[in-house]
Amino acid sequence: MEDKNKITEFSAETLGLVNHIISRYPKGRQKSALLPVLHIAQAENSGWLSSEIMDYVASLLDIQPIEVYEVATFYSMFNLQPVGNCMIEVCQTGPCWLNGAEEILAHFEARLGIKPGETTADGRFSLKKVECLAACGNAPVIQVGTEYHENITIQKADELLDKWRAENKMSHSNPYR
Amino acid sequence: MAKTILLNNIDVPGLANFEVYRQLGGYSSVEKALRDFTPDQVTDEVKKSGLKGRGGAGFPAGMKWGFIDKKSGNPRYFVCNFDESEPGTFKDRHIGQLNPHQLIEGMILGSYALGANKSYIYIRGELFYVLRIIEKAIDEAYRNGFLGENILGSGYSLDLYCHPGAGAYICGEETALLESLEGKRGNPRIKPPFPAIVGLYGCPTVVNNVETIAALPWILNNGGDAYAAIGVGNSKGTKLISACGHIKKPGVYEIELGLPVEEFIYSDEYCGGIRNGNKLKAVVAGGSSVPILPASLILKTAKGEPRLMSYESLAEGGFETGTMLGSGGFIVMDDTTCMVKNLLTFSRFYHHESCGQCSPCREGTGWMEKILTRIENGNGTMKDIDLLVDIAKHVEGNTICPLGDAAAWPVASAIRHFREEFEEHIKLRRCPLSK
Repeated sequence: MEDKNKITEFSAETLGLVNHIISRYPKGRQKSALLPVLHIAQAENSGWLSSEIMDYVASLLDIQPIEVYEVATFYSMFNLQPVGNCMIEVCQTGPCWLNGAEEILAHFEARLGIKPGETTADGRFSLKKVECLAACGNAPVIQVGTEYHENITIQKADELLDKWRAENKMSHSNPYR
Repeated sequence: MAKTILLNNIDVPGLANFEVYRQLGGYSSVEKALRDFTPDQVTDEVKKSGLKGRGGAGFPAGMKWGFIDKKSGNPRYFVCNFDESEPGTFKDRHIGQLNPHQLIEGMILGSYALGANKSYIYIRGELFYVLRIIEKAIDEAYRNGFLGENILGSGYSLDLYCHPGAGAYICGEETALLESLEGKRGNPRIKPPFPAIVGLYGCPTVVNNVETIAALPWILNNGGDAYAAIGVGNSKGTKLISACGHIKKPGVYEIELGLPVEEFIYSDEYCGGIRNGNKLKAVVAGGSSVPILPASLILKTAKGEPRLMSYESLAEGGFETGTMLGSGGFIVMDDTTCMVKNLLTFSRFYHHESCGQCSPCREGTGWMEKILTRIENGNGTMKDIDLLVDIAKHVEGNTICPLGDAAAWPVASAIRHFREEFEEHIKLRRCPLSK
């Protein structure tokens, strides 16, 4: 995937939000804002963190770029490679497995023609295996952006996929809005 | 109907709105505490209540508060652990999503007792949709004078914020959570010093679970003694149990501690029994990390007494024949379930979630996943079973934080109680239960 929709800095409006978040932490502790600001950066950078945007976040928080890289590589929600417009994350841990999560994942693989970690050729969908989303009472569970979809069946998975295809679903939107 | 404290009003429409919550008596404990109680008196009520930390470790909450260093001259912090990620556990989301003001009310009480003027709710990043609900409720609390400067004219001021994680089970460990809140990788710290002395930004800090904090308004309103009168033995009060797996009615239930396990599983008031006419095979009673028990040992102790939903009764028999109440993540498995595959999903989880700081956990979790994968796929040998036991033994107790124990206990217990099923996989060279 090429660099379309890649950004190197925030809009004035987003900067306002970022500064508001920084103000929540004590003076001199602006590094605390790193996780929330990376969430915003990823959402606005088409769903992934480029080294350019990470360097920009480092400059905003007045920290070293390495301090951003070491954090971005630790947390599973940050993508360090481009992803599709709509990333479907399928839980595979015990309680979801007990309720057929493997069949759900296999169904998404078959419908999309990709394996977990891959993106469809048209760039519209990515598939990702994830561990426990803590919604086990309504297993199996999938996540798309900041939405959970619970009690997933093959039929429900098909309905969601058709809907997302029709509306050209984007899973990465600013999580604070 | 069982005594309820936490979920009393959970079905009231619009409960997440300030006006609705307030009309039901919400925030009265804050008025009472700021008017009639010194901070230490609030702590005393919590000590009297016998409330234990509901995140899983079960440490007495009042005692934890009592350790906070009030003489250091540094700011003090109160932090809510909303990093709910233990497989099988989904109770905190229930509160945060449906009754955010109950959590905020508890945060104000805890912050006042500890002398914190800035408090944080650390919520797992996947739950941004819950974070937005809580932030809206926080805004309402500010507008109505329960947060901000000089709350209700008491002279006490508090700012409360939400902070999102970004996908890391380990950040539910309190020192990893504090690292993460400081904008770092979630690597647990060596203890001591404990957070009550050196916590957030090196300052005295208490970290409590959502459910623990949500119980505080009731305790302040009704008194610690009233809370301690509920429950059994040293298991005081009520507990949220999130039940899932092969049951007819998965969901979040509030139980009075001491309820018989059999009643919880089979009564229509709770789980409603096993689905599809199948039989109960095994239960993980307190989140994926606690030892799994076969049906015979979860319903009755080895001595033949009815097993109760309490800290003491679930632990009866130690790890040989007992388990733990843990987080209250209650995973029920019927007789179609492969114990090897179930364990493999947990071991994959712990391998994925190990922070990599301590080698026994970083390497051991990977080895256990690998060996379980080959047993499940029919490529294991009899020696592999003892190898798993040996690895689990060497991971347990040899790491900075309890993730190593959490990864080891499910392995050791599954082999302890279901060894013949592991052997069958090896003899048949396939999973006897896979389709």
